[in-house]
Amino acid sequence: MTIKHIIAAVAALAVAGGAIAAGADLGQAQKQATNWTAIVMFAIFVAATLWITKWAAAKTKSAADFYTAGGGITGFQNGLAIAGDYMSAASFLGISGLVFGNGFDGLIFSIGWLVGWPVITFLMAERLRNLGKFTFADVASYRFAQTPVRVFAATGSLVVVAFYMIAQMVGAGQLIKILFGMEYLYAEILVGSIMMMYVLFGGMTATTWVQIIKACMLLGGATFMAISVLMQFGFSPEALFTKAVEVHSKKDAIMAPGALIKDPISAISVGMALMFGTAGLPHILMRFFTVPNAKEARKSVAWATTWIGYFYILTFIIGFGAITNLIADPSMFYVDGEIAKGLKGGGNMAAVHLSKAVGGDLFMGFISAVAFATILAVVAGLTLSGASAVSHDLYASVIKKGQANSADELRVSKITTVCLGILAVVLGIAFEKENVAYMVMLAFVIACSGNFPVLFMSVLWKNCTTKGAVTGGFVGLTLAVVLTIGSASVWEAVLHNPKGSAWFPYNSAAIFSMTAAFFTIWLVSILDNSAQAKKERALYPDQQIRSETGVGAAGASGH
Amino acid sequence: MSQQVSNNIAADPRFLKFVAKRNTYSIIMTILGALAYYGFILLVAFDPKLMAAKMGAGMTTSIGVPIGVGVIVFTIILTWIYVRRANGEFDDEAAEIIKGASK
Repeated sequence: MTIKHIIAAVAALAVAGGAIAAGADLGQAQKQATNWTAIVMFAIFVAATLWITKWAAAKTKSAADFYTAGGGITGFQNGLAIAGDYMSAASFLGISGLVFGNGFDGLIFSIGWLVGWPVITFLMAERLRNLGKFTFADVASYRFAQTPVRVFAATGSLVVVAFYMIAQMVGAGQLIKILFGMEYLYAEILVGSIMMMYVLFGGMTATTWVQIIKACMLLGGATFMAISVLMQFGFSPEALFTKAVEVHSKKDAIMAPGALIKDPISAISVGMALMFGTAGLPHILMRFFTVPNAKEARKSVAWATTWIGYFYILTFIIGFGAITNLIADPSMFYVDGEIAKGLKGGGNMAAVHLSKAVGGDLFMGFISAVAFATILAVVAGLTLSGASAVSHDLYASVIKKGQANSADELRVSKITTVCLGILAVVLGIAFEKENVAYMVMLAFVIACSGNFPVLFMSVLWKNCTTKGAVTGGFVGLTLAVVLTIGSASVWEAVLHNPKGSAWFPYNSAAIFSMTAAFFTIWLVSILDNSAQAKKERALYPDQQIRSETGVGAAGASGH
Repeated sequence: MSQQVSNNIAADPRFLKFVAKRNTYSIIMTILGALAYYGFILLVAFDPKLMAAKMGAGMTTSIGVPIGVGVIVFTIILTWIYVRRANGEFDDEAAEIIKGASK
């Protein structure tokens, strides 16, 4: 079956799905009506990205092409792609919804998601690029015993990818019900199969371009909304806030901190997870190997930080714009036309409703399609990093001891991509009715407690050894999961234990699990006096020269 | 050849000095970024009244809004300042050391 046939098949599937949903829709009029504008816009996006995938497929011949797009992406492009990878539908709809409901708290929340980027810029970006080739495990295992470090890194990657992925897939299903008026199941199959095609045929090249296009659409759409809102108030934020306070049920409280930050320990712990977790997300770290050198790697984070920060400022304006605009037409946007009953489709729909208020049905279709495309782009990035953890770290490095040829490695990564795609769909369906709100946070806690400490210490601390890194990494990872299970968001909300019975009192485990990981790495490393440890310490100067200057770094690989 | 260059760099006293200088700079920038964020969060946690204070008499905008947006803008600017220096001055210095080692 050629790629052309598959594209045609999926296009047919998408159309059929829409048609079936339209039929079923008659019985559930209370839910959102089938939104054909959104479906058509989304179909155009899918057609365009699949066309790019076809082009990318012709360029994806070796494992290097598959993992890193041949290393030929520029810093500016990569910055957009990173932003596309990072700005999820949850952050767009969720943060603007939070601002809509609580005002200022939404800003506090969004700032947290930005603070990880300076850490990557100042401490990691260039070293990652200089030491690594395809995955962050290349960096962490540079001077260490390959098998244990790779096994740890692959475990850390896959666990993070799994939690992040489930949250995205469940989000996709819920969104499609509200945005397109289609069934949950179709969303899972649609996202799973399209994403699989991007990754399977187009590898990193297609994934990168999907993320770039999505980032441009999201930033463009959000900019249009924010400008439309500001224009209504003569570009005076003060006038916007005044009107919002006047009409919002919480009145002036929306201009002040509310219930978001409960206790300082939780605030610091959540902050740590966001600050250092970003530097441990495998799908983000992987993006640094797509640029040709350290200079471009630095530029890419600077651009990514710029776009993401700009985006959060936009969501704040959009949230306030929703407060002032939606109230003007309750019958259109609120359940039964009653403000007290809340927004149609829930609080997360604030941005989507606003898009209708400022741009009509066509623009709402566009924003709905963008929200859904966003999930596709994020899921594709996750799948690619999961596939490379299996094929590059486990298959090529652990099983084949670094002797695998490029064609075999590529085949394994493609098989893994299909497996991960199917798994994503299955998990998405299995978790449909579950509360998955904690999962993205858990992914960050694991990333900051497992992946980040190992990466940081292996690159920057001379005395770090294999034993220390692997023990500390697993301690952090395990503690992150166990303490999260004990926190209210899982113990009570997911496991249905009585309220107040959660035995871990804070919102995030990071402050304990990350500290424990660093301490364990340090302790085990200094106690490690084996011959292997001596050898590893002796290799540090060489590693340092490469990580700091780029001498000997993998070039624009494969070309 | 690469190994020879590497050995020469190791022998060059400028190398460790260069690394120390750049690392100090990176750490200062990281601390500045963390201070801005944690300063903001702890201010919210310990003195929410301050954040809620109005910008001026009769105004609706609270001080928290420009501070919050300021943290975002500060983070972006900090990143660009670092990248400019690293891609300019530091890379030139590194190139100098590599050039010396490649002879």
